[in-house]
Amino acid sequence: MTRGWRWLVPLAAVPVLGLLAYGFTLNPREAPSPLVGRPAAAFTLTSFDGAKLDLADLRGKVVVLNFWASWCYPACYEEAPALERGWKSYRDRGVVVVGVDIQDKDEAARKFINDFRLTFANAPDPGGKVSVDYGVYGVPETFFIDREGRIRAKHVGALSDQMFAEAIEPLLAAAGTTK
Amino acid sequence: MIPEIGHGALLVALGLALYGGVMSAVGGRRGRPALVESAQHAALGVFVLVTACLLLLIYAFLTFDFSVVSVATNTNLGTPFYYRITAVWGALEGSIVLWSWLLSLYTLIVILRHRTSARELYPWVLMTMLSVIGFFLLVMTVAAPVFARSLPIPPDGRGLNPLLEDSGMITHPVALYLGFTGFTVPFAFAVAALITGRVGDFWITTTRRWTIVAWYFLSLGLLIGGWWSYHVLGWGGYWAWDPVENAAFMPWLTGTALLHSVMIQERRRMLRLWNLALVILTFSLTLFGTFLTRSGVIASVHAFSQGAIGIFFLTFLALVVLSALALLAWRWNDLGAQGELDSIVSRESAFLLNNVLLVAATFTVFFGTVFPLLSEAVKGAKVSVGAPFFNQVNIPLFLSLIFLMGIGPLIAWRRASLDNLKRNFLWPVVIGSVAAIVLRLVGVGSSVAVLSLALTVFVTATITVDLVRATRARRAMGEWTLPALGGLLLRHNRRYGGFVVHLAVLVVAVGVTGSQAWSVQTETTLKRGEEAALAGYRVRFDGLRESQESNHGKVTGSFTVVAGRGAGTVLEPAKKFYPQEQSPIAYVDYRLGFVDDVYLVLGDFARDGSSATVKMQVNRMVSWIWIGGLVLTLGTLLAILPERRRPA
Repeated sequence: MTRGWRWLVPLAAVPVLGLLAYGFTLNPREAPSPLVGRPAAAFTLTSFDGAKLDLADLRGKVVVLNFWASWCYPACYEEAPALERGWKSYRDRGVVVVGVDIQDKDEAARKFINDFRLTFANAPDPGGKVSVDYGVYGVPETFFIDREGRIRAKHVGALSDQMFAEAIEPLLAAAGTTK
Repeated sequence: MIPEIGHGALLVALGLALYGGVMSAVGGRRGRPALVESAQHAALGVFVLVTACLLLLIYAFLTFDFSVVSVATNTNLGTPFYYRITAVWGALEGSIVLWSWLLSLYTLIVILRHRTSARELYPWVLMTMLSVIGFFLLVMTVAAPVFARSLPIPPDGRGLNPLLEDSGMITHPVALYLGFTGFTVPFAFAVAALITGRVGDFWITTTRRWTIVAWYFLSLGLLIGGWWSYHVLGWGGYWAWDPVENAAFMPWLTGTALLHSVMIQERRRMLRLWNLALVILTFSLTLFGTFLTRSGVIASVHAFSQGAIGIFFLTFLALVVLSALALLAWRWNDLGAQGELDSIVSRESAFLLNNVLLVAATFTVFFGTVFPLLSEAVKGAKVSVGAPFFNQVNIPLFLSLIFLMGIGPLIAWRRASLDNLKRNFLWPVVIGSVAAIVLRLVGVGSSVAVLSLALTVFVTATITVDLVRATRARRAMGEWTLPALGGLLLRHNRRYGGFVVHLAVLVVAVGVTGSQAWSVQTETTLKRGEEAALAGYRVRFDGLRESQESNHGKVTGSFTVVAGRGAGTVLEPAKKFYPQEQSPIAYVDYRLGFVDDVYLVLGDFARDGSSATVKMQVNRMVSWIWIGGLVLTLGTLLAILPERRRPA
């Protein structure tokens, strides 16, 4: 090999490295869910305060359905304050946040709600029926349901304030124009 | 307090590693031994600090110190004592601590062994090893802080992934990481050789044992991983071409190629460039493996969670690959061969072919592993290639490699004469062909199985022919048979260690072939007292019982397995219900045998215990794979014994 050519040897590695770097632009959290676009499965639960919680009663509102558990550290701990803030700033615009606590101990779950001073509706899911209906794979997972009761988006992992707003705004806007 | 102490210690270690790296480079360049010695002290300091951090982390796991994030995410108050230790490296952070600790241990051994024997190379070896440790310390302090503090401190943790609650998880990562990190040593010597320009054979002979040790632990790690998969995951297999398995398999393939190609350099002064490239490739592939398992770029069953860490690894990988290849390009003109290939029919060409096949296998595995990325980049759709692709491409390659395993060690160097070929291969070829015919006659249908087993017989025959001939030669000089054989193994331990390792590979190959060709399974629902039959075994369902363990509930089925007219064995597969998992975890029960394993997995069941579904498998010859691991250990030990060619 002539003297100059040999410096091309390291270049051979560049396409492979480039391909791997490209991997970072993909978002593994955007899990495609066959449920997106479908009507949200109906459920009736009893909340931790003893109130009846029926998804059908929330028709006409944008519902943020969040699956969580007290043992889900740190993701559920990270997103709990964000959910509470989202609920407080959007509830006047017709948004409801519903927390469904799965596979948990009652005492630990109540402590979690108290620790984070959560004021939105939260209910345990005895037997895991609701989480099975929604195909929940792990916690936290969040479903965004529009005013017609259709699932519009699914998020896997902890939500931030920004993600909350970005998912909610189009649903509020869309509902405004179709009315 | 633990988070602060641990983090502080890691920062100091990082400083020491960087200091040591720079000092050894400056010392090496200016020829100042005092600086190198200072770097050596820094390396010792790094070892002490990383050891302390590992112990501290283990302590935090044992005492449920949930103020450390990785403790809170990987244990809960119910995690049994034993598994709290495995939880340390079940987590991303802890696995990197273990990795770094093993690396600093290797560095310590390199210092003890080579500080005087490899004078010129030594400073650069030390620099390379400290730089690699420095990178991992950077990861542990910045990218994925090991001692990150949790706020608020949760009352209980998330719990360990139940699949990792297994004794295999104690040894599997340790063996695998010993293999991965072990390849850093030959890589460091290769870099030193390139920098100093001493690209002759010295670095090869010095690192021969290191390469064998790293290769051995990597093999062991792969085998234990297979064992874990077999007896925990409940699908009855031991290998699934999962990206993470592939990640460990690729450096094993190139490492195997390296073990063979260095012999040609030692003997014939050829392949200098090739050997350096193989070392660089092997080390890069170990880094690629860690990148793959920790970046989340490619989805896998046992990948760790993703985060900023992927970008760190990729940057380091790029740095290593590009600078090592640049060094190679820089020394290009010094790397020409001094020997020449005399004939196609020679040991050199057998070894060359072995290398070509192994590297080809590496590329196909690499291609299959990154294919989902490639397809998404080109066509925008996530598509992965599964086991069929890997099997189809690799089976012919592996069969050819087994064939070469018979040829390589016996064929003559330079140019094999017809006489040489006849003397060594006539009988093995005859015996192998007879074996193939017999296998066909007894009704073995699969041609792959026939070919694989016949090749195994052929290679075993070549090894036997060689041993018999050498023993006979010694007996002719008046020795008894057994002492002659023993003396042979010890005097020519390198050669015969290699043979024993080859035998181990053959034993594994028989296990793989047999289990692929002859395993059978069925799934049935049985009422209590009812029986099902499979391949000569009868299985009776005797009932269910429920129990509560420290961190999960458990439903155990009781089955009596009877083979022929013998007494029954009771097998108790179960389902474990962990609060943190959505679906129950299967607990497999099995009876291992030399030829048959009976393997039961509990499926659905009636709550009252009146009926249960059970998956029954009779897996053939799987035990041979684990036996192969034992033979491999013996062969490796024999191969790395100090040589005693010419006794006084």
